[in-house]
Amino acid sequence: MPMIEIRNLSKWYGAFRVLTDCSTHVDKGEVVVVCGPSGSGKSTLIKCVNALEPFQQGEIVVAGISLTDPKTDLPKMRARVGMVFQHFELFPHLSIMDNLTLAQIKVLNRGKEEALAKAMTLLDRVGLRDQAVKFPGQLSGGQQQRVAIARALAMDPLAMLFDEPTSALDPEMINEVLDVMVELAQEGMTMMCVTHEMGFARKVAHRVIFMDRGEIVEDAPKEDFFGKPRSDRAQLFLSKILHH
Amino acid sequence: MGLDLSFFTWDLVKNFLVGGLVFSVELTLIAMAGGIVFGTLLALMRLSGRSWLALPAAAYVNTMRSIPLVMVILWFFLLIPFAIGRPIGAEWSAIITFTAFESAYYSEIMRAGVQSVVRGQVDAAYALGLTYGQTMRLIVLPQAFRNMLPILLTQTIILFQDTSLVYAIGAYDLLKGFETAGKNFNRPVEAYLLAAVVYFVICYTLSTSVKRLQVRIAIIR
Repeated sequence: MPMIEIRNLSKWYGAFRVLTDCSTHVDKGEVVVVCGPSGSGKSTLIKCVNALEPFQQGEIVVAGISLTDPKTDLPKMRARVGMVFQHFELFPHLSIMDNLTLAQIKVLNRGKEEALAKAMTLLDRVGLRDQAVKFPGQLSGGQQQRVAIARALAMDPLAMLFDEPTSALDPEMINEVLDVMVELAQEGMTMMCVTHEMGFARKVAHRVIFMDRGEIVEDAPKEDFFGKPRSDRAQLFLSKILHH
Repeated sequence: MGLDLSFFTWDLVKNFLVGGLVFSVELTLIAMAGGIVFGTLLALMRLSGRSWLALPAAAYVNTMRSIPLVMVILWFFLLIPFAIGRPIGAEWSAIITFTAFESAYYSEIMRAGVQSVVRGQVDAAYALGLTYGQTMRLIVLPQAFRNMLPILLTQTIILFQDTSLVYAIGAYDLLKGFETAGKNFNRPVEAYLLAAVVYFVICYTLSTSVKRLQVRIAIIR
């Protein structure tokens, strides 16, 4: 059974169609990279998976729970799926520690001690144990994004969604974030990543999805995708981002 | 004609002014606290996207903001005995009126404050499984409040000045204290002059502090 299943998804902003009949899936333990030119709908697609964006047609099933079912408790569903954003979105008025413990305490009803211990373990893991008492504004972009990953992991998610996690970073900070993501992938985390980091895709992705103008143009195993994409649009896109 | 300030003694301050100042400050603080609480509720109603909440809140805010405060004070004071069958006194009447009136202004500030928190913060809170209520209470409103703190305080300084309008219903505030002292000592010009100086010193000091706070907040952010 796939962890994430997207069936014939379509979405409109008014009369403008941003997603057209998208279907794909992410199996348990699978790492799927979603790429494509800007405005192709990849961020919108991944936000739909977490019900952060409404959609008008189709269905998304996460861990067996349908998002379109009116009985689905969306906050509960979201708590089981971690999400990392392009602009980190740490809570600036809370310390790093509070960023990591807030949802553990308020959503999972963990005790304070347990939440703190969990947060410390994860901060340690992303190499930021010393930053626990600081505020997000005092950290570099790369550090903030690593905290954001730790914050999502603190909820023991079934799957992780990454929405262009390195696009807002200075070049020298990209690798520290990718390293954490690679490690996560190698541990068997189910991941759906919108990213242009083709090196990351080559290293850990199982499948690559290429989107253009709201459509899934190509959905292929990594080897096939990088070997020879079937569509002209994917070839053109790859030639643009790989040859410089 | 010369100005004679010799009547202005500690006894006068004690007998005429302290009580008035205490009421002015009380009125300001209560109306501020109540105004921010109700103003935030009004702002959330307007931002709820549900017209049965948004429309009444908008109507209330726009009405209050379009009527001169002194009229609201006067009408509430005059009408309340008809509504509940007995008067409630100038002080209570002023407290209720100012809270209701200032809610409209604080609500506009809080509305701008909530809108100043980027959409991504809400997404991040939702993505962690927080509900709408938790997201507002724990993530959006604290940031909105912090972003708007200088403007909220500036509004409070204006509120402090506006409390002098309770003269319309005869409540004993700071200005009334000066007026009474001026009458008693037959020095009305000097009394009003001193009143102006005292209001100036209080408000100027406060607004300078707000400016300093603003700089500090800007550095933290």
